[in-house]
Amino acid sequence: MKIKSLDPRVSRLELDVVDKQPDAVLHVQDHWETYQVFHQRKRGEKHSSVGIVHAPSAEMALVFAKEQYGRRGETVNMWIVNTRDVLAMDYDDYDVFATTPDKMYRDPAGYKVNDKIAEFKKSNLHV
Amino acid sequence: MFNKQTLDAVRSLLLFQADDHLIIGHRNSEWTGLGPILEEDIAFSSIAQDKIGHALGLYTILNENLGEAEPDTLAFMRNESDFTSCQLVELPIGEYDFSLVRHLFFDTAALIRFEDLATSSFDPVAKLARKVKGEIKYHVFHANTFIKQLGHGSEESKARLQSAINQNFGLALGMFESFEGEKLLIDQGIYKGEAAIREAWLGELQAVLLEADLKMPDAGKVEPVYGGRKGFHTEYLQPLLDEMTEVFRVDPAAEW
Repeated sequence: MKIKSLDPRVSRLELDVVDKQPDAVLHVQDHWETYQVFHQRKRGEKHSSVGIVHAPSAEMALVFAKEQYGRRGETVNMWIVNTRDVLAMDYDDYDVFATTPDKMYRDPAGYKVNDKIAEFKKSNLHV
Repeated sequence: MFNKQTLDAVRSLLLFQADDHLIIGHRNSEWTGLGPILEEDIAFSSIAQDKIGHALGLYTILNENLGEAEPDTLAFMRNESDFTSCQLVELPIGEYDFSLVRHLFFDTAALIRFEDLATSSFDPVAKLARKVKGEIKYHVFHANTFIKQLGHGSEESKARLQSAINQNFGLALGMFESFEGEKLLIDQGIYKGEAAIREAWLGELQAVLLEADLKMPDAGKVEPVYGGRKGFHTEYLQPLLDEMTEVFRVDPAAEW
């Protein structure tokens, strides 16, 4: 059985569904790696992660990323990183962060000095 | 300023380049929605769009500085035999190997031409060439990267690229057909001429093909396919024009 495209121009894409079982093993060239794309809007600003592209090499990833993530707005630079090279934490380890929200003393808003600042501002009004 | 013969030659130069860009832009846009993968579909479509933009830039100079008709009129209202585009750009998109190789052939030449025009003594075109240089740089980067990737890909990708290169080399050389008044432009520092562009193109192409592990055809042994610059076209241009102008012709005076 062949899948026929409704687009009259796509006669070459008669995909053969018989030998493409759902559990067919994907070979390297059927299945590209992903690359993380980092976008810089202005010189000196940080590069921000904007998403991924599929590509067979880093250079091809850059070719694709330029249009994928640089087609609108301002861009001065891009970084490409193979997703394989990103060391990510395991989601099972999220408990290392579990008590962090309780540690208010690490949050600048929790500083007692805020009261003093408020007092100082108030007294300055009379100067 | 330039005399009438010189301006006529400038007109020919800009018109054939505008026509080349319009036709290849239209052809390459036929891949939109059918590209081999999503990312490439977007990239190739954007490149096609840029080409139409470059055509518009050139038609605008023809209109504003050389007294030709409006850009839309030039693009959509002329007869097939008035088009001076080379035959390479009008061929159907074929398979992706052909479209990629044509893209490599065409953009390698476009970059050389625009780099030359950026220092032209004819100001309006020098300004345009400097404005679009980054876009063409990306087009060439896209083409070269693809060719290198597939040249070092599988046996099939390599063989398909090589045959597309071999089979279409005469059409590619047809991009450098000389035109009337060319010598005037060379003498007055407006343009360096087709023979010089062709030499530079052969050098650039050879370097890319070497890196891609592909063979450069022997330009001396291949007959260039000329005729396009004089309005002689293949059977493929008229149907393209019919399709491209279909909507425009419904109401040429419509405001968009």
